Amino acid sequence: MKFNWLARLGAIYLVILTLAAVLIPIFRPYDRKVGPVLASPSMQFWLGTDDKGYDILARLAYGARISLTVGISVQLIALVIGITLGIVAVYGPKWLRNVILRFTDGMFAFPDILLAIMIIGIFNDRGMRPVIIALSITAWPAVVRLVKTQAATLKDREFVVSSQALGASTFYTVTRHMLPHLVGILMAVLMVELAGTILAESALSFIGIGVQPPTPSWGNLISDAKNLMNSNPMVLFWPCLILSVTIFALNFVGDGLRAHFDPKGSEPN
Amino acid sequence: MPVLKVEDIHVSFGAVSILRGVSFSLEQGKTLGVVGESGCGKSMTARALMGMTPPGGKLTGSIKLDARELIGQPERDWQDIRGKEIALVMQDPFTSLNPIMKVGHQVAEVFQLHQSMPASQAWDAAVDMLDKVGIPDPAQSAKKYPHQMSGGQRQRVVIATAFACQPKVLIADEPTTALDVTLQAQILRLVNDLQREFKTAVIFISHDIGVIAEEADEIAVFYAGQIVEQGETQQVLRNPMHPYTKALLGALPQPGKLRLDSITGQPPRFDDLPVGCSFSPRCQFKQPQCEQAPSLEWNDSRAVRCWRANELADSAKG
Repeated sequence: MKFNWLARLGAIYLVILTLAAVLIPIFRPYDRKVGPVLASPSMQFWLGTDDKGYDILARLAYGARISLTVGISVQLIALVIGITLGIVAVYGPKWLRNVILRFTDGMFAFPDILLAIMIIGIFNDRGMRPVIIALSITAWPAVVRLVKTQAATLKDREFVVSSQALGASTFYTVTRHMLPHLVGILMAVLMVELAGTILAESALSFIGIGVQPPTPSWGNLISDAKNLMNSNPMVLFWPCLILSVTIFALNFVGDGLRAHFDPKGSEPN
Repeated sequence: MPVLKVEDIHVSFGAVSILRGVSFSLEQGKTLGVVGESGCGKSMTARALMGMTPPGGKLTGSIKLDARELIGQPERDWQDIRGKEIALVMQDPFTSLNPIMKVGHQVAEVFQLHQSMPASQAWDAAVDMLDKVGIPDPAQSAKKYPHQMSGGQRQRVVIATAFACQPKVLIADEPTTALDVTLQAQILRLVNDLQREFKTAVIFISHDIGVIAEEADEIAVFYAGQIVEQGETQQVLRNPMHPYTKALLGALPQPGKLRLDSITGQPPRFDDLPVGCSFSPRCQFKQPQCEQAPSLEWNDSRAVRCWRANELADSAKG
């Protein structure tokens, strides 16, 4: 099975983005004036400087740190909650299954951003922690639904039944025979969901309740630069570009993975 | 003393009964053949004996393994029984193995579950077991995934998992139905050899009365969730007493026989069973009497559930 080229390209981009997020802020200061205000791109400042004389490239790279940390933390938390509830929603007692599934449905009915804003409002600190918690709470229902439908089909597959016929406990059967079958599809969905989380984090920062300035998250960068849109559009252009390309890349990789793990299923698009 | 004694088991889903009072017993090393059409309760019997009735199903009656009563015991105790005392071989070797796990691990699992062997020791035991079931080059084959093996080899792997803990009872639910005819004979011989070696009692479920005739010491004919005829295999085949058994035998292909008989109609639905004898709507010997349900009458080592059994047996002889 081959990855399509968009997925490859996306994967390469994500590797570069991750490396940049880790390395660039080490070598280039992102939180002080390093050059003239609103400088054009040059050998020293590859993407120029913003209206305070900060290095745009360094700030974008640090923003990538924030976005990736928030995104990956949120998805990991959502995975743990989602897998647990999804499996209980298949194997648990009937009343518990209903409680979980109806509650999950309820979560879908609620607009994610509104819920996130509400939850952030509860916290006092304005770092990454409330954002991660708020977005995790909105992210897990998607995982529950996926795990529940997949596990329900796998549950009646003969090799799962025969594992039980060999005397395995439900926990053993689920962890040894069921979850390994979910890794592929979960990874594919995780990528697409990660894109959504990064977008949501940027949106929260943009409206001013996410990670607070002067920490340069992508949303903050866009928010700061919107006033310069007429005079210096490039300052606004870069964070928007990086955000969009990242979202595209995650979706391409997600589609590629899905096609890879489920050759009969959806064509990569 | 029988190793397995099943008495009057019922499986019901709400008002619908799938098994309606099944009883039999099984001696060590013997084989009981279970025949009947699809949907007559054969597989449900297998599941009931494993304590694996589908959710919502209610299992009542008595299943005694040696002297131990199994019905009503907690799930934890069932897990100790399954795979160790009572093992199950399922129909389709293509789907009953985990496609993304090496076959060696799938056999080793049984040793780890029931004999708490460390992984490496369980692996060695698994390789030995694969050797025993006739997998060529077992040390290398253990590292294969199911899709790298043929159907016959996969069924051998399944049989290896079932016999790994030398169970007292093996339930073979149509173990050769998914295989082609040449393989059937090999797989049956393998099961027979292992059965003799471990003195396992086997419950052999099949819709193929020809296979049952070769394998079983005793035969139980199922219809609509009940045993309608039971007895020593040769006796039942030579002198079938129940009209349904007769009809099943009449449907067997034989040399020189140009047209196969078929049984008219369909097996009844469990939620819409006929009044009286369940077979009566399809029975050519039906009488007004059959509006009452006959019970399973034992006569020496034969049992039959038919009002006219003796009369029909006599007429067949005469």
